[in-house]
Amino acid sequence: MSQLFEIQEWARILRSRIIETSHKAEMPHLGSCLSCTDILATLYHSVLRIDATNPRAVTRDRFILSKGHGAPALFQVLAMRGFYPEAMLDEYGKDGGVFAEHPPTPDHLPGIEAATGSLGHGLPMGLGMALAGRIQGHRYHVYVLLSDGECNEGSVWEAAMLAASQRVGNLCVIIDFNKWQATGRSEEILALNPLAEKWRAFGWHACEIDGHDIQAILDSVARFPREDGKPTAIIAHTVKGKGVSFMEDDNNWHYRIPTAEEVVLSKKELGVTV
Amino acid sequence: MRNAFADELTQLAKQNNKVVLLSGDIGNKLFDKFKNVDETRFYNCGVAEANMMGVAAGMALSGLRPVVYTITPFTTTRCFEQIRVDACYHKAPVIIVGTGAGLSYAELGPTHHSLEDIAILRTLPRMRVLAPCDATELRLALRAALHEDGPVYIRIGKKGEPPIHAKTPNFKIGKAIVVRTGTDVALISTGTIMPEALRAAELLAERGISAEVISFHSVKPLDQEYLEQACARFQLLATVEEHGRIGGLGSAISEWRTARQTTPMQISFGTDDEFMYEVGSQDYARQKYGLTASNIANKVLTALNKL
Repeated sequence: MSQLFEIQEWARILRSRIIETSHKAEMPHLGSCLSCTDILATLYHSVLRIDATNPRAVTRDRFILSKGHGAPALFQVLAMRGFYPEAMLDEYGKDGGVFAEHPPTPDHLPGIEAATGSLGHGLPMGLGMALAGRIQGHRYHVYVLLSDGECNEGSVWEAAMLAASQRVGNLCVIIDFNKWQATGRSEEILALNPLAEKWRAFGWHACEIDGHDIQAILDSVARFPREDGKPTAIIAHTVKGKGVSFMEDDNNWHYRIPTAEEVVLSKKELGVTV
Repeated sequence: MRNAFADELTQLAKQNNKVVLLSGDIGNKLFDKFKNVDETRFYNCGVAEANMMGVAAGMALSGLRPVVYTITPFTTTRCFEQIRVDACYHKAPVIIVGTGAGLSYAELGPTHHSLEDIAILRTLPRMRVLAPCDATELRLALRAALHEDGPVYIRIGKKGEPPIHAKTPNFKIGKAIVVRTGTDVALISTGTIMPEALRAAELLAERGISAEVISFHSVKPLDQEYLEQACARFQLLATVEEHGRIGGLGSAISEWRTARQTTPMQISFGTDDEFMYEVGSQDYARQKYGLTASNIANKVLTALNKL
């Protein structure tokens, strides 16, 4: 099986599991999870140099889901990568468990690097991790996935400037640019565009890709890290609710929970029979 | 005090290659010696404290021992959520140092006063809150903080604070230091207001009252052992701090006493629930809020006479 096909398969199954879990555990943020599913599948399948049997290895690559409300997608992909058995996810949302709306702290679940959920925290923490790698002579990479709405937070731009002045080349930001935030179009709420130009103006390499094109994701991360030491920002144009026709680009799915019938319909569209 | 901080941290950086210093664009020249030890372990993070705190937490989670330094309001209230989530929730061993705490920068106005920092930081799970009384205690506090496995907040003065300890005291987080022994009243002081507490004890001695003076450098955790025996030995506890009376050391001890349902009576010296709108030096501000030896002595005498 080709790498591309395998990643697409991962993404297809992930979407199905995310939707099923949203229904069973009544977890919101489905649209936000589906917009970054292809990015997560690609990173965890082919990019991150991590070992599920040694999740705290000092030299591992770090991935931070700064848009912590995408946790339902992250929990699924970590299980798929082997950090814990998929059966553990049956406990999703149950009292006393560990799987909730946002990632727990790293000591509570293997594979997690930061307990996010409050927006604007992941990039500064990732920058600290990237600098720590440089100071200690480790060659790991740090990837931070932000949402477009999250770019409202001033701390994102504070971190962007420090990363540029310190030339933290081992830091890669990926923006899940699905054009929505909780209550409206991200461009209308706080003028976001031109987003790639903003990152360039802040001293970063920036490129724009289709965030659902697996090959494009692979190609963009393959160009990182850059030889000139500048940090990298990948603006991934995505569709909120991607993969299910009646969820795509409909912001009601920021909070809506799918019914049993909608789960069946979704799985049919995704071609998942189990 | 800030010179002692820079000097001590430089020594610690020589001994421990995990020590990293992050400064919020202050202390120009102050850290030149630190940079000479290893310039890759000094970061001027600019006027961007939220990011600085997150960066420190990320470093701490990756094996380093970051120390964050800037003027107190900007390293506490300004970035409270980053302290709460990135440092405390993650149990990240970040050392947060607030310089010019209390009314040290009185003449700079309320933007630079820090009279709420103890109150808000001690609410955070896992946070240690320290207020050393002089440069010696500060050096010891820094060393002790490096052995903690979670975040520590140290509030310090600026410069010129008088030395309190003639000899190096035995310093342990959560263990108060008795600076002067007494039998009638305990003056429980935290931070750089200590000289006023000591002079108050002298004034009380002239009136035949024996005051014990304690450096309660750890506001969190409290030295419960000391408090237990102090409650048995004294008729009156008086807390002294250059901090608001809401939420500071006085409040912390009141909460402890309420939980224990203990006597004796307690009075608290600290600033009022207000911003200081008029201009004034640190001495002026201390007088305004009754943080002077004479006021402390008089109020203690009045309280003792009522018993």
